[in-house]
Amino acid sequence: MALKIVESCVNCWACVDVCPSDAIHASDTHFKIDARKCTECDGDYAEQQCASICPIEGAILLADGAPANPLGSLTGIPPERMAEAMRDIQAR
Amino acid sequence: MELSVLGQDNDSPALGAGGCSSGSCGGTDDQLSHLPDDIREKVHNHPCYSEEAHHYFARMHVAVAPACNIQCHYCNRKYDCANESRPGVVSELLTPDQAVKKVKAVAANIPQMTVLGIAGPGDPLANPERTFDTFRQLSEQAPDIKLCVSTNGLALPDAVEELAKHNIDHVTITINCVDPEVGANIYPWIYWNNRRIHGRKAAKILIQQQQKGLEMLVERGILVKVNSVLIPGVNDEHLKEVSKVVKAKGAFLHNVMPLIAEAEHGTFYGVMGQRSPDPEELQDLQDACAGDMNMMRHCRQCRADAVGLLGEDRGDEFTLDKIETMEIDYDAAMVKRAAIHAAIKQELDEKAAKKARLATMSVPTAPDSGLGGQHRPVLMAVATSGGGVINQHFGHASEFLVYEASPGGVRFIGHRKVDQYCIGGDSCGEKESALAGSIRALKGCEAVLCSKIGFEPWNDLEAAGIQPNGEHAMEPIEEAVMAVYEEMVREGRLERDRTLQQVSA
Repeated sequence: MALKIVESCVNCWACVDVCPSDAIHASDTHFKIDARKCTECDGDYAEQQCASICPIEGAILLADGAPANPLGSLTGIPPERMAEAMRDIQAR
Repeated sequence: MELSVLGQDNDSPALGAGGCSSGSCGGTDDQLSHLPDDIREKVHNHPCYSEEAHHYFARMHVAVAPACNIQCHYCNRKYDCANESRPGVVSELLTPDQAVKKVKAVAANIPQMTVLGIAGPGDPLANPERTFDTFRQLSEQAPDIKLCVSTNGLALPDAVEELAKHNIDHVTITINCVDPEVGANIYPWIYWNNRRIHGRKAAKILIQQQQKGLEMLVERGILVKVNSVLIPGVNDEHLKEVSKVVKAKGAFLHNVMPLIAEAEHGTFYGVMGQRSPDPEELQDLQDACAGDMNMMRHCRQCRADAVGLLGEDRGDEFTLDKIETMEIDYDAAMVKRAAIHAAIKQELDEKAAKKARLATMSVPTAPDSGLGGQHRPVLMAVATSGGGVINQHFGHASEFLVYEASPGGVRFIGHRKVDQYCIGGDSCGEKESALAGSIRALKGCEAVLCSKIGFEPWNDLEAAGIQPNGEHAMEPIEEAVMAVYEEMVREGRLERDRTLQQVSA
């Protein structure tokens, strides 16, 4: 099983530098995880390294497809507050 | 080498003579005058370390460091925006090789550029290979450029040896707190020892690393500037303590910057409605810290890929596709650069000599009204595009420098941007006429000095109680400000206002 990076990735390289399996590479759009190389850090670290340093909520999915860092978990901004702010900005 | 720090030495002549308690007296040029010669030599042409130098010398940042090891509540890691001007934002990331090429292109085309900094868009020391590869190549290929780095401090202790090896003698650490309770409200998490750590515990580790890094740098004689973000209600009072602590540990300069928090930036503070400080709050805190510490007031909080004089950004002239076509003969560029730097140095030396002569005279030279020294201070805004003179049209200014004139002399207070931080599309900020925005930004100023000004803004400024003045075009800023102040004294405006204030008080 492997983790996956999705399009909300901002290409900040943080995960590449900390991956113990050299499983992450740059691509045209965003960084990608080579599923054949990813070990989910099993045997290396207690926590998956890419998911532990990634600053973008939702950008990394766990093996079961759930976001490693759900909305609000990294910024501390409650999702409903964020949605409200976005609505306000759009309405300007 | 032992570094001395400003503001604590009671024997220093400038403080002793004026009897000022705040440490803020004297012209801004005095900011560095207490320092030993070897340190002054290090900063005399560094626009981010010397207020005077920033009128003449330019800096650039190269965006080779995208990764970060912490999250700050004033930062949004979606850093790619062409229209925002604030730390942590860039248009394009560079590889170290591309960065070196860009630096040489800028150095050849903007010979006043003396300083290359790596400041993000993440944390440079969380990108050690990209950062140090860039520094290593530049120290070999462009030895006439000063190298500096800006960091959150988390990875600093492990990087000090490497920094010393590459002759990096200027390091900026962003220190917003020395108390984990305060820090827990600024930093939601850090990445440390292969784990994400949250809250107070995270802040405690970060603070320990910052302080340890600061001590290690000072031990090695590396100049340390401390940046702090002023966040009203979160660390405003606490920053006085921060200033004391970092000064005691040997930091050389403290730069307290206002929080930038717009909802459209998508930061925690922006979205949650945390307010930014107003200019008066910032100035009050800087003045309060100035009793303990040498304060920087000319920071423009520039982007992680900024190019040019502070307050300007010429990054558009040096995009990757443009530098690709430039042929740079760096040896020839170095000869030209050295000549231009020498000419600027000569100008600065002449200015210093003139200032020393003027210092023997008493200012202001107002008719003796018996109220000498009793006139209230006045804030004035100045439009300049560099060179330390008033040389910009009011309508062309994207920022104004603010000076305080008083019977004690002229001192630099800070700058006011008249563009909004984001000048992008309709989603960015509320619409307001540029002129109304400028007038609002100049709140508290009683005069604005520029090279020229149109009829419409003249009237609007006057109506807002700000006297426009185009009579001092091309004159040195401090002298012009003092001339206008003396005129106000002569006209009796400062006494009358004072009386009114007393009556209304």
